Order: sequence, then C-alpha cells, then structure tokens
Amino acid sequence: MLSQLILDIGSIWSKYGMVYLTGIGNTLLLAVTATLIGCVIGFACGILQTIPYTRTDLWIKRFLLKLIRIVIRIYVEVFRGTPMILQAVFIYYGLPYFTANAVRFTDIWTVSILVVSINTGAYMAESVRGGIMSIDIGQTEGAKAIGMTHLQTMLYVILPQTLRNIMPQIGNNYIINVKDTSVMFIIGFQDFFAVHKMVSGAVFKYFPSAMVEMVGYLTLTLVASFLLRKLEKKLEGKGNYELVNTDQLVMTAGTYSYPDGEAPFAEKNREIGGGNNE
Amino acid sequence: MSEPILEIRHLSKSFGSHAVLKDVDFNVNPGDVTSIIGASGSGKSTLLRCINMLETPTTGEILFHGKDMTSGRVNPNEYRAKVGMVFQSFNLFNNMTVLDNCLVGQIRVNKCRKDEARKRALHYLNKVGMLPYINARPAQMSGGQKQRVAIARALAMEPEILLFDEPTSALDPEMVGEVLDVMKSLARDNMTMLVVTHEMSFARDVSTRVVYMADGVIVEEGPPSQVLETPKELKTRDFLSRFLEK
Repeated sequence: MLSQLILDIGSIWSKYGMVYLTGIGNTLLLAVTATLIGCVIGFACGILQTIPYTRTDLWIKRFLLKLIRIVIRIYVEVFRGTPMILQAVFIYYGLPYFTANAVRFTDIWTVSILVVSINTGAYMAESVRGGIMSIDIGQTEGAKAIGMTHLQTMLYVILPQTLRNIMPQIGNNYIINVKDTSVMFIIGFQDFFAVHKMVSGAVFKYFPSAMVEMVGYLTLTLVASFLLRKLEKKLEGKGNYELVNTDQLVMTAGTYSYPDGEAPFAEKNREIGGGNNE
Repeated sequence: MSEPILEIRHLSKSFGSHAVLKDVDFNVNPGDVTSIIGASGSGKSTLLRCINMLETPTTGEILFHGKDMTSGRVNPNEYRAKVGMVFQSFNLFNNMTVLDNCLVGQIRVNKCRKDEARKRALHYLNKVGMLPYINARPAQMSGGQKQRVAIARALAMEPEILLFDEPTSALDPEMVGEVLDVMKSLARDNMTMLVVTHEMSFARDVSTRVVYMADGVIVEEGPPSQVLETPKELKTRDFLSRFLEK
C-alpha cells in the first residue's frame, strides 16, 4: 500500500512537479499580498473608527464621524457575514451583469487580490478595534497632553502596540488565507488546490495528489507559523526583561554635551544646595 | 503685576446630572506655584483635566493669554503643546525608550530638528536624574523613575505652564521624595505650576498659593501660610484637621 502510494506520488511529481510548485507560488503570493493589504485596511478602519468627537463639536463633524463608523460597521458585517466564494462571483460576474458590461475586471489576479483583501480587512478591522481597546486610555491621554493629533497618537503610540498585541490574529488570518484562497477557483484562479483538481482529473488518481496537497499546505502554514513567532519575538523588543546597566549607561551618557555643561546626576547636589541652573 | 497666563472664568463641568465643577474662577500668573488641595471627589482633577481640555467644560471659559480655548476656534493640540501635564499614572508610551518618550512630542508636534530635540531631551532627563536610563523602557522602571521621566517628557516640550495631577499618589512612600525633589527644583527655576496634591509639605513649603476645593467649588485660596495655618473657612479647617490627624 505505502510503496504504491510513494510510487504514484513519484510519478505524479515527476510529471506535474512544476505545476504544483506554480500553484503553491500563486497561493503564497495571493495569501501574502491579500493579508498585507487586509492589515492596512484593518488599521485604517481602526484609526477612522476611533476619531474622538464631543457634543460641542460642529454638527457636520459629528455627522461625518458617525457616518464613518456606520459605513465601517456595515462593511465589516457584510464581508464577514457572506462567503468569500460568493463575493468573488458578485465582483467578477455580477459587476458586468449589473452595469451592462460597463464595469468589469478582466484580470483574475486583480479580482482575487481584491476579494481576499477586502475580506481579510473586515476581520482585521475587528481585531484592530480590539487591539486598540486593549491599550489603556492613559497613553492616549499622555499623547494628547503633549499636543499630538489623533493620527499622530495612533501612528506613533497606539498602533505599534496594537500591532504587537494582534500578531496572533494576523497569523490566524494569514493561515486561513493560505487555505481559503482555494475558493477563487470559481473565477478560474490557478492556486495550489486548482492544480490538484487538474492533475487528479488528468491521471485518474485522486488520493496521491491529495497527499501532495496535504503536505504542501501543512508546509506552507508551518513555515508561516514559525516566521510569525519570530516576528512576534522581534516586536516584543530586545531589552524587555533585561535590566539596564546603570554604570555603562552613565559612561555613554557622559559623552554628550549638555546645555548647562554639568555632569550627569549633578542635580542631586543642586537640589539640596538650592542652586539653579537656568 | 504681570498678565495672567491662564484665566478660568465660570467653569462648570457635569457628568450627566452630576455637577463636578460649579462656577470655578481663578487665575494663574507667571511663576505661580499653585497647590490645589481637597478631599477626593472634590473636583480637583477634573479642574486640571478641563484646563488641559482633556475634558470639555460644560460651560465657562479658559483664557490662555487672553484667548478663549473653549470657543472651538483654537486648535486644542497647539494649546496642549504649551500646557504640560503630568499624570498620577505616568502615562508613558510603553512602546518607546525613555529617550524616545521625550523626543516624540518635540519632533512630531513642535517640529524640532532631531539633534536639537535630543539635546533638549537629554538636558531635561539630566535635570530629573534619569539620564542613565535613556535606553530603558517604561516596563523596566520603578514608579518614581517613571514619574521623573514623565516630568522630563513634559518639560522637553518647553511648556509655559505645567499641570500635575496627583503626581505622587501612585508611588510607594520611599519614591515620593525623589519626585517632590524634582518638582521643588522646578519651582526654584520659576516654572509656572499647578499641582493637585495631597502632599501638605509641598503645599506649605514650595507653593506660592494654595487653593482649597470642596464639592466642586473653590472654598478658599491664598498664600500657604494663610490657608494652611490660619484658614478663614470652617470647611478648610475641618479638612485640614482631619488630614493632619491621619
């Protein structure tokens, strides 16, 4: 049995190896691109959704901000709540149908990236929202208190921490994308799974090809998990549990010049002595 | 008499039906070190947060150099950049080192050049005694150290007035001293400060004026010797006697 399987896989691979690899390449490229674009969409939604307003703001500002929140809400619910396969059908076949061929995408890659990105974005918007909520409000106030705008607060303070916190969710989304992009066969996208259907149809051997697919998908996701863990570690920052060596830092710090030309830590004496330095 | 930096006019703030501040009036002149004392829930912190526009006042005006900041015509971010704030819970940016905490506002808000910003940040970090820790992250420091960095961060923006919201209340007793020392040295440098505090020694020895608040109104204000030692109002006397008993 096992030797037969190995033989079958060998013969399939020798003939269709390159086709499988091209399929893997397409799946990988679509999943990576769409996950990245999806993340950008998710973070953009996160920034837009959290723009603060108070009841003393102009009505137009309040109206627009409320509208933005409602639009994002609808976007999330619609794209999270319908199958990606149908979304692909709607965009690829539906748009030309409804617009009498005025609007149509002819490039399968464009439609595939569009559909998977928008889908990932809908999930990511919720992940980012959760990530932003998990950062204590104090840091937002600290940023506000030194005059930072909402966008600056988000870009430099909140989102870097959010990114770290939602790395596991980004990993989830990426791995789901690696597998679920196979539904793009509906519009003719040649991903890894489409190769299986093509090959098994051609050689009339269903299971050996499925075995190749299994191993292929698992390899893709395991490598992704490994790399994501590495990235997570890196985002954690190197010195997280490392105590700062005071002596060393005094040496480094002492090489700077200060406006008032004093040695580091001279302030202790100054405070007791009551001198001023400005 | 110089022009006041800050004039608070008929300031009120309600959360729902609960009035936290009721028609508060007072001025801050350059060089003033004002201590605001009072029981918890008397509206001290809300007053400070309204001054920095972290809370929107329900009614009333906040005049900064004579210009009303509550009118909606002034960009609150420009105003906040000139009014520093130090929080009870430090509120440092956890994703940045000590140095970056002191740089980000200067570079992004004040649009300083990097080398200038760095020089200024190091200067103020030295002033608060945190220069050796420039590469540390907030999670690696004690409360007192974090608060000193928070003060340096606020100073690096070169604000015209510095607000302190119970800066020592979240600290272990042995760390209170190091933060108060920094504040004392700022007072000596004629920094204009508005300090909500429970540290009576700071109010008495360092501040030039003490404001006592209760139930959302200013009950009494004046020089520390007068308010703390010979208070005119019964409420103030009650508060002080209860406080000193503890």
